[in-house]
Amino acid sequence: MASNTNFEKYKSDGSLQGKALEWFDARFPATSMWRGHLSEYYAPKNFNFWYFFGSLAMLVLVIQIVTGIFLVMHYKPDASLNASGIPIAFASVEYIMRDVPWGWLVRYMHSTGASAFFVVVYLHMFRGIIYGSYRQPRELIWVFGTLLFLCLMAEAFMGYLLPWGQMSFWGAQVIVNLFSAIPLVGEPLSIWIRGDFVVGDATLNRFFSFHVIAVPLVLLGLVAAHILALHEVGSNNPDGVEIKKRKDAQGIPLDGIPFHPYYSVKDIVGVVVFLMVFSIIVFFAPEGGGYFLEYNNFIPADPLKTPLHIAPVWYFTPYYSLLRAMVWPLFGIDAKFWGVVAMGGGVVILAFLPWLDRSPVKSIRYRGPIFKTLLTIFVISFFILGFLGTKAPSYAFFGIIPGAPVAQLLSLYYFLFFLTMPWWSKIDKYKPEPDRVTM
Amino acid sequence: MSNESKVDCGRRRLVVATAAVGGAGALVALVPFLSSMLPSERAKAAGAPVEVDIGNLELGQMMTVEWRGKPVWIINRNKPMLETLPELNDQMADPSSDKDMQPEYCKNETRSIKPEYMVVVGICTHLGCSPSAKFKHGPADGMAADWLGGFLCPCHGSHFDFAGRVFKSQPAPTNLEVPPHMYLSDTRILIGEHKKGA
Repeated sequence: MASNTNFEKYKSDGSLQGKALEWFDARFPATSMWRGHLSEYYAPKNFNFWYFFGSLAMLVLVIQIVTGIFLVMHYKPDASLNASGIPIAFASVEYIMRDVPWGWLVRYMHSTGASAFFVVVYLHMFRGIIYGSYRQPRELIWVFGTLLFLCLMAEAFMGYLLPWGQMSFWGAQVIVNLFSAIPLVGEPLSIWIRGDFVVGDATLNRFFSFHVIAVPLVLLGLVAAHILALHEVGSNNPDGVEIKKRKDAQGIPLDGIPFHPYYSVKDIVGVVVFLMVFSIIVFFAPEGGGYFLEYNNFIPADPLKTPLHIAPVWYFTPYYSLLRAMVWPLFGIDAKFWGVVAMGGGVVILAFLPWLDRSPVKSIRYRGPIFKTLLTIFVISFFILGFLGTKAPSYAFFGIIPGAPVAQLLSLYYFLFFLTMPWWSKIDKYKPEPDRVTM
Repeated sequence: MSNESKVDCGRRRLVVATAAVGGAGALVALVPFLSSMLPSERAKAAGAPVEVDIGNLELGQMMTVEWRGKPVWIINRNKPMLETLPELNDQMADPSSDKDMQPEYCKNETRSIKPEYMVVVGICTHLGCSPSAKFKHGPADGMAADWLGGFLCPCHGSHFDFAGRVFKSQPAPTNLEVPPHMYLSDTRILIGEHKKGA
C-alpha cells in the first residue's frame, strides 16, 4: 500500500499523444505519482460517511484560497480613518459587500468557509478518535494533523482581525495579551507581536501578511506532509484492522480498492451534499445567527470601548472556556498565565493521543463500555464548553446553575480524559477484531 | 564515491565547520527580519501627553480620553463613591496598592492626587479589554445584590472598585494602572507626564 514511486515509465503506443506523454513522463514522475497516489493507492473498501471530511477539508481549503485571492484585490489593510471617519479596512470590506460586482458572494463564501472549515475539521478529527486512526503506524499523520489544526486556528484568528470591527479589534487585543502572561518575556513578546503598544495599524498589516502569505504556505506544506504520511502507511478504516496483512498474489490488499475511481467518485457525492448545505448558508444565513459573523463586528473598531459582550467565533469557544476556567494563581504566577497554558495545552494534548491510548483494538466497534461512556461525556462536555464560551462569565443555566463552575468542572474533565487514558484504555473490555474488514 | 572504511576526518571537520558557520549566518540573518516587527520609530514617538479639561465633569460622572491609543478614565468621585473604598478593603486583592501599578504620588487610599478625581487607564490588567462602568448599587446594573459600584470587565468578569482596585480571586492579577499625570490648573490635567513632587 505504500506509495510506490518506482513504477515503470510510460511507453508510447505510437500515437501522437502517446509520444508526448512518454517524453513528459521520462522527465517528470507523472504516471508514477498518478498511480502511487490515485489509481494504485489501495484504500480499504469499507469507508463510511465519516471518510468524507478529509477530502471536504481540502475542498474548503481550495474555496478559501480562491475566494481569498479575489478578496485581496479589493481589501485594504489600513486602520487609519477615511474622510467619513470610518477605518479604511472596515470601509473596504463594506465596499466589497456593496459596490464590488458579486463581492458579497465572494466575501460570504470566505466568511462561511471559515466556519465550514472548522466543522469539517472537527468531524474529521472525531473520525480519527472513534476509529483509532491515530494509532501505530499512523502517529505522524495525527501529529501533522494537530499542527494543521493549530495553523488553522492561527489563520482564522488573524483573518478575523482584517474586517477591523469591534470583535476583530477586541478579540485580537485579548489573544495577543495572552502572550503577555508569560513570565519575564511576555510583555516585550506581546509588543513585538503587535508591533505597537496597542493593537493598531501595524498589527493589522502584519496579520494581513500572515493571513494571506505565511500561514497558508505552512498550511499547504503540512497538508502535503499529512497526505504523504497517509499514503506511506495506508488508510485506517472503520474496523481499525490492517488491510495490508492480507494480500493477493499481486501484493494488492484483498480488502483494498483503488482510490481512483472508487473513492474519487464517492467523494464527489460528499462534495455535492456539502456544497448544497454550504450554499444554503451562504445565500440564506451567511451571518449564521451571529455565530459565523458576530453582530458587534458590524461596528467599526473603537479602541476606547469594549463591546458589552465579547466572545470569540464559535469554533474557538471550547478552548476559550478552558482559558476562562483558570482563575487561581499557582506557584506565584498570575492566573492568566495558567489560562493560557490550559488553552494551549488543550490543543497540544491532542498530539499525544497516539501514545496515551493503550487499548489493544483501534475502532470503537470493538472497544469497551469505559471508552464509549467517557468519549460520550467528552463530546457532550466539549459542546457545553463551547456553548459557555459564547456566553458571559456570569451566565447561569435556567438562571440558577452558574456557568463558571460548570465550565471549570468540564475543563477538568477535558484534561482528565486524556491524562488518565493510559490507565482506563488498558483495563477496558474489548471485543476481538475481525480478521478482515466488515461491510 | 565515499569509502565507508576510510572517513577523511579532516574533510569531515571542514564539513561540520562549514555547516556551523552557515547555520550561524542564517540565524544572524533572522535579526533584521524579526527586528522589523518591533514598534517603529514613529510608533515609539506617538506617546505624547494629552491635556484634558475636566471643568465640565460633573460629580459622580466619568469621561474617557485617548492616550497612547488606550482609554483613560477620569472619574469625579462623589462622597458615597469614596466611602465605598475603605469598606471594600478586605475584599481587595491589593487594597493598599503595594504592586507597582501607580506612580508613587498615587499610592494612597484613593489612588489619586486629589481624592475626588480618579485618573486610571481603562484597560483590564487581565487581557486588555476595557471594563464597563457599573456605578449603581446592587442589581440595578445587573450586578450582585451587595455590589457597591465600580467596574466590570465584559470579557472575563473581573470586578474593580471606584479606585480601579481589583477584587480577590478575579482573572485580573493587579489593580488598574494609574498613568503618570499632573494638574496644570484646577480644571486641567496633563496625562502622560509628571514633574517630580507633583
